[in-house]
Amino acid sequence: MQNQGNPVKKLHSEIMERSGQDFYKCIQCGKCTAGCPVVSAMDLLPREVLLYLQMGQVEKLMNSKTPWICASCFTCGARCIKDIDLARIMEAIRAKILRPRGANALSPGEIPKELLQKVPQQALVSSFRKYTR
Amino acid sequence: MDYLYFPGCTLKDKTASIMEKTALTAAAALGLPLKEIDEWQCCGAVYPLTEDEFITLVSPSRTLYKAQRKPVVTLCSACHHVLKRTGVRLAADKEARDKVSYCLEQEYPGETPVLHYLELLRDELGWAALKEKVKAPLEGRRLAAYYGCMLLRPAKEMAFDNPEKPRIMEDFLQALGAEVITFPFRNKCCGAYLAVTEQQVMEDTANKIVTMALEYGAEELTTACPLCRYNLEQTPIVRDGKLKISFFSEPLAAALNLEEQEVMS
Ligand code: SF4
Ligand code: SF4
Repeated sequence: MQNQGNPVKKLHSEIMERSGQDFYKCIQCGKCTAGCPVVSAMDLLPREVLLYLQMGQVEKLMNSKTPWICASCFTCGARCIKDIDLARIMEAIRAKILRPRGANALSPGEIPKELLQKVPQQALVSSFRKYTR
Repeated sequence: MDYLYFPGCTLKDKTASIMEKTALTAAAALGLPLKEIDEWQCCGAVYPLTEDEFITLVSPSRTLYKAQRKPVVTLCSACHHVLKRTGVRLAADKEARDKVSYCLEQEYPGETPVLHYLELLRDELGWAALKEKVKAPLEGRRLAAYYGCMLLRPAKEMAFDNPEKPRIMEDFLQALGAEVITFPFRNKCCGAYLAVTEQQVMEDTANKIVTMALEYGAEELTTACPLCRYNLEQTPIVRDGKLKISFFSEPLAAALNLEEQEVMS
């Protein structure tokens, strides 16, 4: 990695390419944060995710809880006046962490048996798609 | 005309029996027969959001290729979301289309229409015709519609209804004769798959929705998403019986006066 230039820059452009979103269009208005249903459980606000991407501080995102709390509800994207689809950025960050082998963020054994018996199949399929590779 | 019906995993799982039975019985009674697609495969439940992920498009594409441009109808709003967005993507993105066709060893048949059952009622049957078929209007029942996310967003791809001011479900409930309650959080996310990984976050999120619906005077909240239904049911307000949660086909079957036996057989 070190031999391929600046690793932070590389990570930054990977997230840009995978998400297909231009971080620099964001004007930090905060509408995304205002409408996010799960923001109270996040350690970085949706708007701050864009801020750190603009500043090139990608490591902050790699250690944040925020991409794992995001429920992919698409509210932020629907309300962003700059048409930035933040759900895609969250997914690109998760993909960066999950794609290397063995980096799964959820394993079947972690799910309590009682929950398995009542939760709809849709929730299980979605969470394994979102939290494992 | 027969419509192809894609059930998806949840309409066939342990939590779902009444949802599918009421919907299929009602469809038959309304003259909109739904024919289950043979050997269908799970849509994947979520649409892949990165530009370079193609493999998860294969499974929903299999359904679209199989349908060969005949309309595919879903009951679950997540299936609808994934199938519809996959169809839009295949039509617009040659790389995705080529990769999927290669995996399926089939030529791309062109765009297959994807309809939610509610769209079938609105666009094929029409609200006036539905109203005529209602035998037991839900008079005096204060029903609110809960949309959640998947039907509405992203609006450009889903092209379903106005994402901030939708009305299809209210129109539907109105046709059934209910007293319709419109409340502010009807398009706010319920917490979705956080039901598995972050139960408390999901419950807090769902709680805000049911609290608001109750404040606006609803006695029943109806949804088109099995996971929304489950999440909303995990709240104290619903557990204490102050608000009922239903899948949209339940009030439909009730208004059409489909007997319990008929529905369950
Ligand atoms: S709504 Fe859009 S422009 Fe505003 S802060 Fe969020 S991402 Fe930036
Ligand atoms: S997609 Fe994620 S970040 Fe955006 S509003 Fe929904 S939960 Fe919040």
